[in-house]
Amino acid sequence: METHKAKRVEIIIESALESRLTDAMRKAGVTGYTVLPVKGGSGRSGEWSRSGQVSRGSGMSSVVCLIKPERLDELLDAAFAVVKPHIGVVSITDAEVLRAERF
Amino acid sequence: MTEILELAAGNLISPIILSFVLGLTAALARSDLTIPEAVAKGMSIYLLFAIGFKGGAGVAAHGVDTTLVLTLVVATILSFGLPFIGYALLSVMSRFDTIDKAAVAAHYGSISIVTFVAATSVLQAQGIASEGYMVAAAAVMEAPAILSALFIVARTGGQSSGTVDAGLYREILLNGSIVLLVGSFLIGAVTGEDGLDTIAPFIIAPFQGVLCLFLLDMGLVAGRGLRESRGELGLGPVAFGMLMPLIGSAFGLIGALLVGLSPGGAALLMTLSASASYIAVPAAMRVALPEAKPSIYLTLSLGVTFPFNLTVGIPLYTALSTALVGG
Repeated sequence: METHKAKRVEIIIESALESRLTDAMRKAGVTGYTVLPVKGGSGRSGEWSRSGQVSRGSGMSSVVCLIKPERLDELLDAAFAVVKPHIGVVSITDAEVLRAERF
Repeated sequence: MTEILELAAGNLISPIILSFVLGLTAALARSDLTIPEAVAKGMSIYLLFAIGFKGGAGVAAHGVDTTLVLTLVVATILSFGLPFIGYALLSVMSRFDTIDKAAVAAHYGSISIVTFVAATSVLQAQGIASEGYMVAAAAVMEAPAILSALFIVARTGGQSSGTVDAGLYREILLNGSIVLLVGSFLIGAVTGEDGLDTIAPFIIAPFQGVLCLFLLDMGLVAGRGLRESRGELGLGPVAFGMLMPLIGSAFGLIGALLVGLSPGGAALLMTLSASASYIAVPAAMRVALPEAKPSIYLTLSLGVTFPFNLTVGIPLYTALSTALVGG
């Protein structure tokens, strides 16, 4: 089966910033993304767990999208403008998709 | 004094306080006891709806008067003003930087709706009536403190890379808790005693039991927060977490005397002024002042001030308001 090269961008960000990030992604032309809840983890700011939060501002979300490689820079510029001052992780991996026209 | 101590002792062995203590102890002992996130959210919605509806029905029964308007004005002034006192106090009692001090101050100008709910429950148990519109006072006190904190940062030259835009103001003012509280208050005010009678088996009878379970969860959250932030706070900030509620409640008492609230209403305004937010304000701080450390402001408001108000504060405010405010 024919596959097409794509980039998979995963952004883990504070839940309070989630809508700002997805707005910025849409403005950068991203047509689809998936938001996942993050259960817990550990990083520079220490350990945390979703079950220990009372506030939406304290949780984390993962926003995942697949895009064509040539559109990566535009997405990263838009996403990083939101993520930069906050706790978060941006990672990019090479991926392959079956239906290139959808990305 | 003896009466205050008796009230405090009576309050300490109530099911809601003991449920909180159970959660706190379990978390500090590293038990795996947890309340599922969706259940906790459901209970929070239930409590907000119930307290808002009952407040609205109370207003419908007693009518709207100038005291209501004056109470809302005083509540707004308190929420705007208390962060400035908190900031000044933290400048003496802590070594936090400007942003952390302003973020903590915002929490102490805003309110904890769970503390308010617990206070109404204590008043009810003691047969002390209060004005139904105190729910509206709680709603108006949520947001102004955030603006005061942003003003403090701007005036003191604090540099933050956060975002203060229309979206933030919308999130603050249309925060889910505020919408639910105000919405259910209006439904209660429109439908009155008849509406309350219709749903009383749902919002009155199970209220205390749900509050117990919710406070069990709050105890778990507070305990985990305290465990994880061990060493983050010094003695000064911890003392602030217990002194600031007393100062806030004193201003609340002055406001209640000026407006002419009943002893029950005064106790609630004191509780609101003494409580510190841990839902609306932390979310706003993550957007507007991302450099502020959640381990400081959440631990202080949830780990120090919330238990203090629940165990010592509420009985104290109730006793003082009963003694000092004419019924």
